[in-house]
Amino acid sequence: MKSVVTVEDVSFAYGEKVAIEDISLSIEAGDFLGLIGPNGSGKTTLLHIMLGLKRPDFGSITLFGEPIDEFDDGERIGYVSQRSTDRGSTMPVTVREVVTMGRFAHVGRSPLGTDDHEIVDEALETVEITDLADRRINQLSGGQRQRTFIARALASEADLLALDEPTVGVDAESRERFYGMLDDLNREGITIILIEHDIDILTKHVDKVACINRELYHHGDTVSFLESEALSEAYGAAHGVIEHDHP
Amino acid sequence: MSLDTTNADRVGGPVANLTAWLGWFRPQRRREWVELGGIALTAILGVAMIGFILLDWLRFAPEWAVIGPYADLLFGQFIVAGMWMDHYLGTNVFSHPFMWRAIATGVLIGIVAPLVGTYLVHRQMALIGETLAHTAFAGVAVGLLFIALTGWTGSLLFVALIVSALGAVGLQWLTDRTNTYGDVPIAIVLSGSFAVGTLLISWGRDFTSLAIDIEGFLFGSLAIVTAEGAQLVAVLSVVVVALVALNYKQLLFITFDEQAARVARLEVDRYNTLLIVMTAVVVVGAMQILGVILVAAMLVIPVATASQVAESFRETLYLSILVGQLSVLGGLAFAIGASLPPGGSIVVIAIGFYLLSIALSGRSGTSISMH
Repeated sequence: MKSVVTVEDVSFAYGEKVAIEDISLSIEAGDFLGLIGPNGSGKTTLLHIMLGLKRPDFGSITLFGEPIDEFDDGERIGYVSQRSTDRGSTMPVTVREVVTMGRFAHVGRSPLGTDDHEIVDEALETVEITDLADRRINQLSGGQRQRTFIARALASEADLLALDEPTVGVDAESRERFYGMLDDLNREGITIILIEHDIDILTKHVDKVACINRELYHHGDTVSFLESEALSEAYGAAHGVIEHDHP
Repeated sequence: MSLDTTNADRVGGPVANLTAWLGWFRPQRRREWVELGGIALTAILGVAMIGFILLDWLRFAPEWAVIGPYADLLFGQFIVAGMWMDHYLGTNVFSHPFMWRAIATGVLIGIVAPLVGTYLVHRQMALIGETLAHTAFAGVAVGLLFIALTGWTGSLLFVALIVSALGAVGLQWLTDRTNTYGDVPIAIVLSGSFAVGTLLISWGRDFTSLAIDIEGFLFGSLAIVTAEGAQLVAVLSVVVVALVALNYKQLLFITFDEQAARVARLEVDRYNTLLIVMTAVVVVGAMQILGVILVAAMLVIPVATASQVAESFRETLYLSILVGQLSVLGGLAFAIGASLPPGGSIVVIAIGFYLLSIALSGRSGTSISMH
């Protein structure tokens, strides 16, 4: 199987504070990987390093087989950042405009063609927000906004979806539906990296888990993760309950 | 415009082409067609004003270019038409070339300032405009000294343009490298460049005869718009409109979600520099009419007004330009009629539009709240 992302001996520090230490792992095509760890364990930092948003102090990364500095097929990655539901809260922009952004990396400076618009329509259809297409994004619920961002990733025809706590601020029902949708996309062959606080919901859906707290504690399939001690080790032995940093 | 919604269904070819060209902005309602009509009128006005400036410019074309006398003839006819306008309107405005230069500059600024401002405001960079205006003021001071010391005959604004563009790049450099809140470097550059400007002007007064209307640059004046100033605005307007049209998609993506744009491998830093340099350029042009102190208003108020009522980003862009243009035309008319400075008049009218948009939209709450 082909590796989508490989991380080799990567370390990263914010000034003196080491966030990531000596982590190596590889994500294969078709994986649905859950990235977990306590607050401040470096999950987001690791994801940023994998996507090229941050440069590691040590170690190397490849994306789709290319060294990260040479990788330029940006349209192959669909990224939904942390707190993305806040975006568009003041900026007037419609659902269709946001989803259409997924085509921008494809067309460059040329105008969008009919086929681009068709792909956008399909993406809206897939996440079932066609009827909201011309609404301003700040008029949507958290769940609807989240689906808009997924539709943007679909419109870019991404092979890799990277989602950083995508369901913060989304109600339980929409969240369940959202994960069902991710399962479907993964079955269609899209590789997914997911950061999620709720370990119960995460382990129900992902097929692999990387558990980190500065260092990598576990990387393997979900069953072996649940049987291992990685969770209590990473969260510290005293932690029977997993902390949530938001109400 | 004869195109309306009923026509749109019947006429296949040209309407289909037009909608394809408009991208995903598919006018469906009367309101969208009205906006598009307004934009078309603004574009025609803009092109006409560029035509006037060009004619004014070509009058002094070198002899080998042959065109000079013809341009002179046409320009004369234009002024005659202006005299007729004055005659029928009972005004004393349109027969004066300097008035036309000021009006043309105002019209073009009314297009490009809200155009660039739409991206600035939604990137939360509104204060950058104000800062670059102060940098431009330092640029004017440098230009004055440079001209006084070297006897250079070029335009003062050209020097201001260069200083302001350098200031823009410097500001970005400083923001990237200082370890503090984002608005601290802005505050430092804002007051710092004004300080340098005042020092240079006071220092220059001692040994040169500075025959320049500093108050004109501070508060804006129709009288300081020179032929070169108008030409500079014409050129920069064409360049800015072309750049925004060419990079509309990228600028929108970065404005909305900079991190995702980086992941999509857009050259975010390069577009940031483009936006900030375009701002510097627009600010120098607008400074003549609006003045250093009020120039940011033209970048911000029309956009704030449009964002209050617009349904999409593209509509925001269109409405910002329309509000900007109406404010400029209304402000100039008021300023000329009442013999008051144009800057203040334009800004007060723009604020009138802003208040009106809040009253009309009834969504002031949702626009400000974060959820």
